[in-house]
Amino acid sequence: MNGAELIVKGLKAEEVDTIFGYPGGAVIPIFDVLYEDPELQVILTRHEQGAIHAADGYARSTGKVGVAIVTSGPGATNATTGLATANFDSVPLVVISGQVPRNMIGYDAFQEADTAGITRSITKHNYLVTERTDLGRVVKEAFHIAGTGKPGPIMIDVPKDIFTAEDGDDYPESVHIRGYHPSKHGQAEQIQEAAELISQAKRPLFYIGGGMHISGAADVFNRIVDKTGIPTVSSLMGLGILDHARTDFLGMIGMHGTFAANMAVTESDLLCAIGVRFDDRATGDTSKFAPNAQVVHIDIDPSTMDRNIHAHVPIVGDARSVLEKLEPLLTKASLGPWLQQVTGWKKERPLVPPQSNSYLSPGDIIAELNEVFPDAIISTEVGQNQMWASHYYHFKQPRTWLTSGGLGTMGYGFPAAIGAQIGNPDKRVIDIAGDGSIQMNIQELATAVLSKAPVIVVILNNGYLGMVRQWQQMFQDSRYSSTCLKKKGECPEDCTEPGDGCPEYTPDFVRLAESFGAVGIRISKPEQIRPALEQAKGITDKPTFIECIVEPEANVYPMVPPGAGINEMVFED
Amino acid sequence: MKHTISLLVENHYGVMSRISGLFSGRGYNLDSITVGPTQDPSVSRMTLVTIGDDQVIDQIKKRLDNIVDVINVTDLTEKHSLYRELVMVKVQAKSGTRSEIIQMADAFGATVADMGAESIVFQLSGTPDTVEGFLQVMDEFTIEECARGGVIAMEGAKKHREPSQTNTPPTKRTTDTVI
Ligand SMILES: Cc1ncc(C[n+]2csc(CCOP(=O)(O)OP(=O)(O)O)c2C)c(N)n1
Ligand SMILES: [Mg+2]
Repeated sequence: MNGAELIVKGLKAEEVDTIFGYPGGAVIPIFDVLYEDPELQVILTRHEQGAIHAADGYARSTGKVGVAIVTSGPGATNATTGLATANFDSVPLVVISGQVPRNMIGYDAFQEADTAGITRSITKHNYLVTERTDLGRVVKEAFHIAGTGKPGPIMIDVPKDIFTAEDGDDYPESVHIRGYHPSKHGQAEQIQEAAELISQAKRPLFYIGGGMHISGAADVFNRIVDKTGIPTVSSLMGLGILDHARTDFLGMIGMHGTFAANMAVTESDLLCAIGVRFDDRATGDTSKFAPNAQVVHIDIDPSTMDRNIHAHVPIVGDARSVLEKLEPLLTKASLGPWLQQVTGWKKERPLVPPQSNSYLSPGDIIAELNEVFPDAIISTEVGQNQMWASHYYHFKQPRTWLTSGGLGTMGYGFPAAIGAQIGNPDKRVIDIAGDGSIQMNIQELATAVLSKAPVIVVILNNGYLGMVRQWQQMFQDSRYSSTCLKKKGECPEDCTEPGDGCPEYTPDFVRLAESFGAVGIRISKPEQIRPALEQAKGITDKPTFIECIVEPEANVYPMVPPGAGINEMVFED
Repeated sequence: MKHTISLLVENHYGVMSRISGLFSGRGYNLDSITVGPTQDPSVSRMTLVTIGDDQVIDQIKKRLDNIVDVINVTDLTEKHSLYRELVMVKVQAKSGTRSEIIQMADAFGATVADMGAESIVFQLSGTPDTVEGFLQVMDEFTIEECARGGVIAMEGAKKHREPSQTNTPPTKRTTDTVI
């Protein structure tokens, strides 16, 4: 069996059913093996970045390892943003790249790049396969490392002559890696200590993050919350673990966190953080973060302990596994005054969608999404669209929220939505997009149309790179430098408002969608929102773009200015 | 504070750049790094000397431990450990100063590795402090070139016999079940 055939055998042994990819000279041998293979569906994207994000969306939404194949040189370099995105958000991927034949490595061969060198710091682990005899073991290890511990992307760089080299067909059944033993269970004494601190606390708070989705901890966590009555806040990545509608769920913390969530963190006397890494956008100024609290920190990555926030009780382990041990140690807490306080904060300053007289409000659009698509998988681009999605969509289920949290990659949402749709054919998948970001992987319309993926893209078209514009408005005296997406050469430098001279549509998203064979709808009035969404709901064999003309200068609030404590929120312009 | 960290790593392609890349990528300080084979040809030992406060050192050790190719991380600074460094130094030595230089070098235990018309090459292996002291003395003459090998280190021999020593291969600090 040749190397390419062995890899495909390995993919099947790992129960892979879908591969996202883009061919080229160095990977022709493996695409040849995939040709007419009935067990593996290959999705040809229109860009390697799209392929990796699609595999990522597939992985986040299904919990399986996502797989992609790209060619050497530019194929591999195009994959890097996708790898870095997945690495930051702990998404399990196995990406196979072609490399020039071994005897040409180092000679500046056509389409040669030091792929292993380039991707080393943006993958969990990577390989350059130098011997055909290593190939089976490497593929096996890659799947094991990708999906266990703190998951992440693994890149396997395979020289072309290894794809074609004939050798044994052994695909190992188990792995043994001396240096890789992620600890899953957490230490019993620390779990006991955590339980005691939680029980003694007067103002305890759970803080949950992406690790909860990854470990499948939603069930046990819901039971714990029901049992103890302790309120919960979430990071951006933790949305969907608790039903948004619960009164004891206070929403997201951080730069665009809710008033109640940020206040609760600040006033809590015990913060039990689970599956989070205390990212700076969540903590704000760390010296003002949870100043009154003892911190219990549960995470699978030991290096997150004490990195940004000191943990009084560090517990290194898988969230689900640790919570299952914690559950029987916890009891109903009597938290009367604390619960009154948090519900008071919730009532005092709920999230209010920005309003506008002549334009649509982004918040209203997402609020209607809740009505028409209550159980959708939501992906986002990056910017205001992402924050509004996190504020106004009512998440209820784990693994229904796909957003680039760590890297903040514009262009992530659309290909991720396509990958999620392919992995979840029975669900509706919606990308809440910005007019800037959607143009970063717009070419994937072709992929969506040809795979009949009925992804709905709701473009919140504000004519700006809105989030950057918001910062310019707040901190640069409204100097909208290079953030207006309608700016022409002859425009005045100091323009702060769209006017009659602006191009109407750049691009015309409706015609753009139609040119690919998708459906395009444009709305600009509140009464058009519902019919547009209903129309999109009825379309199940192709993607739909809904371009929503929203208030150009709507801002995301609350906002914690960079460098401030999270209780120092700004609520309006 | 200065820490000497000893690593056992897989003798794989690219391991050295994984380790050094961690330091450069995250802005950690790396004073010296040495690598060489061990008695097991599939395992290499690396010795890193790094400087940082406790929090940074803690991060460095955890992040090193997270690298798949790293089998074991030991902070030798916390243990009874032995440190050695090798240095070669080429010192200007015209006829008038020769015997004085050789005498000085001898006092440190350095030996003559080569001798030319106008310079002498000394070699010395010793603790980093000895090497440092030797170089300071040689600096009073004119040092033309100097090559230091970087620190190598290991835990000292145990002073007490341990009950039933078993010869187990090194494993990682965390001994929990693999998931
Ligand atoms: C690839 C990439 N480039 C630049 C940025 C910086 N950035 C963050 S938000 C943003 C604006 C996004 O504009 P748009 O997609 O229209 O979203 P809006 O904020 O208007 O909703 C930019 C440029 C980024 N996050 N990713
Ligand atoms: Mg925009």
